[in-house]
Amino acid sequence: MTDDLYKLTLTEAVRFAGENSAAPLLDALRDRVAAVNPKINAILRFDPKRVIQADPRETVSTGLNGVPVAIKDNICIDGVETTCASKILKGHIPPYHAAVIQKILASGGTLFGQCNMDEFAFGSSSETSAYGLVRNPWNTECVPGGSSGGSAAAVASDMAFAALGSDTGGSIRQPAAFCGVVGLKPTYGRVSRYGLIAFGSSFDQIGPLTKNVEDAALLMNVIAGHDPMDSTSVNVPVPDYVKGLKRDVKGLRIGLPEEFFIEGLDGEIEKSVRQAAETLKRLGAEIKTIQLPHTPQSVAVYYIVAVAEASSNLGRFDGVRYGFRADTRDLKDMYLQTREQGFGAEAKRRILLGTFVLSSGYYDAYYLKGQKVRTLIRHDFAKAFEEVDLILSPTAPTAAFKIGEKTDPLSMYLSDIFTIPANLAGVPAISLPCGVTSEGLPIGLQLMGRHFEEETLLRAAYTFEKEIQLKQKPQVVSAG
Amino acid sequence: MNQKYEAVIGLEVHVQLATQSKLFSGAPTHFGAEPNSNTTPICMGWPGTLPVLNEAALKLAIKAGLALNCRIAERLKFDRKHYFYPDLPKAYQISQYDMPVNGKGSLTIELEDEQGGLQIREIGITRAHLEEDAGKLLHEGIKDGSLVDYNRAGMPLLEIVSEPDIRTPAEAYAYLTALKAILQYLEVSDCNMEEGSLRCDANVSVRLIGETKFGTKTEIKNLNSFKAVQKAIQYEIDRQIEIVEGGDRVVQETRLWNDVKSQTFAMRSKEEAHDYRYFPDPDLVPFTIDRETVEEIQKSIPELPAARTQRFMKECGLSRYDASVLVGDKKLGDYFEAVIATGADSKLASNWIQSELLAILNERKIPIENSPVGADALAGLISLIQKNTISGKIAKDVLPMMFETGKTAEVIVKEKGLVQVTDTKLIEEVADRVLAANPKVVADFRAGKGQAVGFLVGQVMKETKGKANPKIVNEILTQKLS
Repeated sequence: MTDDLYKLTLTEAVRFAGENSAAPLLDALRDRVAAVNPKINAILRFDPKRVIQADPRETVSTGLNGVPVAIKDNICIDGVETTCASKILKGHIPPYHAAVIQKILASGGTLFGQCNMDEFAFGSSSETSAYGLVRNPWNTECVPGGSSGGSAAAVASDMAFAALGSDTGGSIRQPAAFCGVVGLKPTYGRVSRYGLIAFGSSFDQIGPLTKNVEDAALLMNVIAGHDPMDSTSVNVPVPDYVKGLKRDVKGLRIGLPEEFFIEGLDGEIEKSVRQAAETLKRLGAEIKTIQLPHTPQSVAVYYIVAVAEASSNLGRFDGVRYGFRADTRDLKDMYLQTREQGFGAEAKRRILLGTFVLSSGYYDAYYLKGQKVRTLIRHDFAKAFEEVDLILSPTAPTAAFKIGEKTDPLSMYLSDIFTIPANLAGVPAISLPCGVTSEGLPIGLQLMGRHFEEETLLRAAYTFEKEIQLKQKPQVVSAG
Repeated sequence: MNQKYEAVIGLEVHVQLATQSKLFSGAPTHFGAEPNSNTTPICMGWPGTLPVLNEAALKLAIKAGLALNCRIAERLKFDRKHYFYPDLPKAYQISQYDMPVNGKGSLTIELEDEQGGLQIREIGITRAHLEEDAGKLLHEGIKDGSLVDYNRAGMPLLEIVSEPDIRTPAEAYAYLTALKAILQYLEVSDCNMEEGSLRCDANVSVRLIGETKFGTKTEIKNLNSFKAVQKAIQYEIDRQIEIVEGGDRVVQETRLWNDVKSQTFAMRSKEEAHDYRYFPDPDLVPFTIDRETVEEIQKSIPELPAARTQRFMKECGLSRYDASVLVGDKKLGDYFEAVIATGADSKLASNWIQSELLAILNERKIPIENSPVGADALAGLISLIQKNTISGKIAKDVLPMMFETGKTAEVIVKEKGLVQVTDTKLIEEVADRVLAANPKVVADFRAGKGQAVGFLVGQVMKETKGKANPKIVNEILTQKLS
């Protein structure tokens, strides 16, 4: 057992650490990262000698018993380099902890390893990192999804018991689907964004990537809750998500949106997801077809509104105060060269797009219209949730694709077609494995719920997970 | 100024709100701190940080809005205004674009016309919105490059924009004076131009009298005193009229005022103007301003300068000029009220404060609130004059001694034996001596030179070392000479 400690789930690791100590767990992870990470590059920064824990003078609960959580590289850790996998933040050391980091430490957790990602969370494949792409542990020729590809791959390959990711348009759920792990994007406002380096401020949410649903509930217990430092966080009570878990979906009304079962959806995925719906029906849920009529506009709207916010959020990376600064003689050159050399191609594309849609003369036609359609999409969800309690769909239209396969940005953007609507509406959504393709790649099932009803999502996901008991593991595990 | 033309002037005034912490962070706001010490990760724009609105700043903004008769918004929204500059840490300024906290309002100004009459004008306020300040670049004494001080970054500002209702540099001056007085009365801002807590930009254009369309305007920046505003507007009006008269067109541009050269210089043209790409700040959720809060703020508004001036005129019998001077500086008005609260005669108090007291304070550069001679002490001196214990002339010598020694007027008068002589017998004796010693002057008087009595009074006063009551001396001499 002790040789395989790295295989433990977060819940098991916490129990183990409570009965023994966290030290053997840390040792097991160190060895595991050393053996596996060179193959997949999921962990960007990892100092085996430095485990970050709460200041011993602070009162901490023993909830996590010293068990480490891996952190996506866009969540600030006081005193530790945090780069968003971008060259422009190379050497940037935040002077403060993100709210979620404080919460993990205050719950007795530790930090151990920062996860690779698409630069500034711009991408769906984790190929845009300035520090090398991430590989999928199920098939290293494939991408792990993105942008939280490092977090998903680290959890899938047992280099982390659990990880935090961030989700702006599917960046937790799509890599969770591609890597066969559980990924939850909480309701917008459920988890503090303070300390998350912003991409699309009205979309971004931090959430857990875990080996199973119970772990996701456990990590949500730690990170959820109102934060006065984040004006967009909402002050509603946080239930005990672990206690809320039970195997029961009886009477739960689950909707399958017509607009999500369309051309371009891989046949194997569709079959697997429809089977999942059948399974839930067998367990007592009521399944019906619903309409979300404006969701086909989701990708278009998202790539206007999110990039507008991104172009604004990324203005501060100018070489003046932190990170990379190009060596130049005058001020204008410093701006131009720092940003020219510091940002990768996808970041530049989104800054340009976002700057364009906010420009005088174009604002009404793009940004304003985008916001109006976003409102319509929100209304679609509100209406649908009058009829059903949950919405079920595939997480992504395909399983993990090959590295280098999607060279056209638009085809890359379309891989988030099913995940973006939840971000536009701000509703919580979870991805969990529901099967494996004939090529041996995991398939993700997405459940979306009403605002602040993560509990219902987790309960349905938990029931389904316990029912199907997937046994397949990533290839890198057996090879490792 | 060429009589065919009139100027159209609008002012944009930025005042720093008197809060303990910045607009969106807990960083302190006191002036004169070490560079970059009044900062938090939030006002430095560190990645991942988020703004949280300072409620105190919002309340001060509403208070100012109410005093300026503005429509207070029902919903509050903030927007991002983008431009790149090293003093702007996030590369955007959080401001209010299309939903300012304070909408249309007005400010009444008073100024004397050429005939010395009083002219009252109402200047429209377009809006007064909240926004954060930027930091400051330091170039001086630095060989290679520049330094940035972010102490000012994120300071709460209220930008008060006037309608283009102002027509003359004097009106602009009166507008600023009235605005400053109101904001100081509200304790919304200390309005200290030297410390940058009040800044003003002026938009100026000219047109032929009778024309209804506006001429092309220029915006003048770098105005660091109300006098500079007045001078720069006058310069700009003259410059623009000269251009138009010469058959040319005024270029729409931003111009900088150079106080030393007393000229404006072109800074950037409209073509070079920024596209600020305003959009609603997604980090700050729009919210409703609760009407009860507005009502509470309304109740907290103190008596404002215009009302106080009226009161000083009606209740204290002061002239409009005297009342305005005392009211113009809230603390001066407070000092005056404290003096008359002791029962001192209000006209006497007004005169003593405005002439003798302010002369000494101004000379020593001491603000009224720090005056070593407090209101009670001045009231003591005035009461000695009222009781005829000393003459006004002696009092003028006593006041500087009060400054020097910190003693009360009463103590000084006693110690120095300055008590006024009102004993008519004593004065008559001295008068007889003086008349006997100056037969020529007496003869002159009797010959009809009325002014000769002044000399004789002076002689009596000299003999009594100024302590005789001049009124009594005058009476006795007149009686003896007749």
